[in-house]
Amino acid sequence: MTESTGGIEMEEDMSGTVKKFAFINRKAPYGTIYALESLEVVLISAAFDQDVSLVFADDGVYQLKKGQATKAVGMKNFSPTYRALEGYDIEKLYVEKSSLDERGLTPDDLIVDVEVLDSAEMAALLEEQDVVMSF
Amino acid sequence: MGFEINGKTYETDEEGYLVNLAEWDEEAAKYLAVEEKVEMTESHWEVINFLREYYNDYQIAPAVRVLTKAIGKKLGPEKGNSKYLYELFPYGPAKQACKIAGLPKPTGCI
Repeated sequence: MTESTGGIEMEEDMSGTVKKFAFINRKAPYGTIYALESLEVVLISAAFDQDVSLVFADDGVYQLKKGQATKAVGMKNFSPTYRALEGYDIEKLYVEKSSLDERGLTPDDLIVDVEVLDSAEMAALLEEQDVVMSF
Repeated sequence: MGFEINGKTYETDEEGYLVNLAEWDEEAAKYLAVEEKVEMTESHWEVINFLREYYNDYQIAPAVRVLTKAIGKKLGPEKGNSKYLYELFPYGPAKQACKIAGLPKPTGCI
């Protein structure tokens, strides 16, 4: 597992190599730009046919929460875009179990289908990645 | 920047995309199509309406590959291919069609 920005490296080995990318989302959807920026990077990464996984942990699980009402904070509700990921062939979405539990959430509260992993499973998933990017 | 039709003004960004999606109407689409040198037919409108629905559902403008696949699913394989879409929108279906549909420039558009 290496921490890297990915993009520059990818240019050099475009010879059909497929790397395993994990994008970790740990921040609430609004208040900072991290969640939206991560989503943009993920959508762009889809153009490169890589093996992409999305991980949601800590407050990041709120990014997938149903029924986001953002009018009062003056930001666009971008949560419907997570439902477009399937069309981009990004289908590996993982949520950390204790993060859900601590916030009183279940997979039914989320706008997309996810796989719930406990921390040991999450560690194993991240261990097998070539590139991990944290937002 | 922007343009005006029948007393209604439309604000555009430096690349000619509508700034406010909600301002879009058919008149704006027709104007933007002329700017893009696209002669609108039934087939063009079909793609434009599809894009507006897509945006409404997902809040993004799709990348070309995704658009092509989704059109194929909805309108049939004879339309879900880049040849068909490039014939309608020669300068890039995502960019041109999105502009006429009043959508932002697609993310990951390469």
